[in-house]
Amino acid sequence: MSPQAVLTQLRNSKLLSGRSAVIGVPYVWLLVFFLLPFLIVLKISVSEMETVHFKDLLTYKDGLLQLTLKFSNYEFIAEDPLYFKVYLASLKYAAATTLFCLLIGYPFSYFMARAKPSIQPALLMMVMLPFWTSFLLRVYAWKGLLGENGWVANLLEWLHVDHLLLALGVIPALGKFMNSPFSLVLGMTYTYLPFMILPLYANLAKMDLRLLEAAADLGATPWTAFWKVTVPLSKAGIIAGSMLVFIPCVGEFVIPELLGGPETLMIGRVLWDEFFSNNDWPMASSVAVVMILLIIVPLAIFNKYQAEAQEARS
Amino acid sequence: MVASQAPAFLQIKDVVKDFSGVKAVNHVSIDIAKGEIFALLGSSGCGKTTLLRMLAGFSSPTSGKIILNGQDLEGLPPYLRPINMMFQSYALFPHLSVEENIAFGLKRDGMPKDQIAERVEKMLKLVQLGKYAKRKPHQLSGGQQQRVALARSLAKRPQLLLLDEPLGALDKKLREETQIELVNIIEQVGVTVVMVTHDQEEAMTMASRIAIMSEGNILQIGAPSEIYETPANRFVADFIGNVNLMDGTLIDDNPDHVIVECADCKHYVGHGITGTEGMAVSVAVRPEKIHVTREKPDGEYNHVRGTIKDMVYFGSHTVYHIQLGSGLVFKISESNVSRHRDDPLTWGDEVWASWTPLSQVVLTQ
Repeated sequence: MSPQAVLTQLRNSKLLSGRSAVIGVPYVWLLVFFLLPFLIVLKISVSEMETVHFKDLLTYKDGLLQLTLKFSNYEFIAEDPLYFKVYLASLKYAAATTLFCLLIGYPFSYFMARAKPSIQPALLMMVMLPFWTSFLLRVYAWKGLLGENGWVANLLEWLHVDHLLLALGVIPALGKFMNSPFSLVLGMTYTYLPFMILPLYANLAKMDLRLLEAAADLGATPWTAFWKVTVPLSKAGIIAGSMLVFIPCVGEFVIPELLGGPETLMIGRVLWDEFFSNNDWPMASSVAVVMILLIIVPLAIFNKYQAEAQEARS
Repeated sequence: MVASQAPAFLQIKDVVKDFSGVKAVNHVSIDIAKGEIFALLGSSGCGKTTLLRMLAGFSSPTSGKIILNGQDLEGLPPYLRPINMMFQSYALFPHLSVEENIAFGLKRDGMPKDQIAERVEKMLKLVQLGKYAKRKPHQLSGGQQQRVALARSLAKRPQLLLLDEPLGALDKKLREETQIELVNIIEQVGVTVVMVTHDQEEAMTMASRIAIMSEGNILQIGAPSEIYETPANRFVADFIGNVNLMDGTLIDDNPDHVIVECADCKHYVGHGITGTEGMAVSVAVRPEKIHVTREKPDGEYNHVRGTIKDMVYFGSHTVYHIQLGSGLVFKISESNVSRHRDDPLTWGDEVWASWTPLSQVVLTQ
């Protein structure tokens, strides 16, 4: 075969068509850098340790292929209330962070999207600006701001916010803000706020403003129009932003480590301990797998429900 | 003494809208009677949409008054006006079903649920969309969406209905069908309508009266036939339909007829005008009022000679472009009354075009 003929054949084969190449790239990326590592973690989680390395799952013994799976780690996670409590705490703090990000981010995105087009890039820049400083540094800075004689702490005290926070049980004592659920959620909200604002802004900016005129024309006050039109139409942005905040927050390690306290033990910390203090990789992997399931299962159910609702309507 | 007439249902009184020095609407006054379908017609940027938005309450006049049914609308926000609008390309709420879209305005009024359901059903029946009540707007065709938009804007039984380019988003065939249907529905409901359009055909078929707008000014208000047959000036004559405009001088002014001399011919116009001899005027003749022949017509007035430069066959009629001696291109539209002509005209033929003394309009401005 001539080289030309080979080329033509290659071109005609579906594998090399431009379309599948374009679609294929992200798939290959996800496969290699997400699915494969996950499978490795999954494999480790059901493997037995043999002093320094793992026992193979498949062994060939006496002419028989044997599959050895060890589920004791999962059993342990299910039985030990510590894990349950930590998972629950992680979900709780992640949910609280998502809520606060939404409460602060929504009005922010709203006014950004409705601002004069000429100043929108500047506002967007301001949202992105914190990323120019190291994330670690910014979180660390809160230690100073919230610590004794930190000016934010002084301000909160002066405003008597600490009474309220103590009543809510999110700080240990009056005037003590650090190493509490309060400082943890504050730090996470601060860090993840841009991830809420950006998808919301993108969504709100492309909204058809004539719909608000239509609502006003039909007798809706601006307030009603906001709740009946703007909010429902920005649902996709709210969901996207919430996912971007909630998912990394569940497994967050650095912020709880720097700003959290003894009572804010989150799953990221447990994972760290299992991996690096206990050196129990199978156990650590099991904890990681459960965490992923904890996030993915509700997401999948939600997606399925969304799709069904969509279908039912059509 | 003239008895004072009852004020019109909708009064637009000397309204001006000034956008940083540019008068988008320039001292416009219109009186609209109850039950009328009134069209604001003009090309884009003529101020018709600005005027409509001031009626809806989305912007307020720089000066002037808008009075609806005796109530001054000044300072009243859109959500408090007894006016509903059908938006250009509809602005249906994409997250709500057809019936929820129609019920939106009723819910805002706090109408009881059973009454809302009843009204929505009535509206759906009116626009014949009963089967589609549960659908989302994106699942409907353009024509169906247009009907939902109409039902939504009529659901609250507004005193005034505003239509912003009501058929602009539909294709030609559907537009023609919908025009008549839309008028039927509006007449059934008996609502007063102000519509905005750039499509003269739409304005002609739907409206009882039309206002021609250009650069913020109203050039003429009248019934469609008035505007077409007796345009007030060159702009209106040229804007509405096709017209052959010939510049000339008034050479003979009589009470029952006038003679105008133009480059290509002398016009005998069978009605008097207010003018003086020697005055520069324009004579407008509509293409469909002109007849083409090979033979020279009798008399010395109202005919021109030229060469066929172009002809376009439209099925129902044929349009000829005839090059006259002065360089003017004359447009003629001849109905194809019979299926074929014994001696068909073709490109390059020398022909005569003629018209009757009552078919011209003399324009003095």
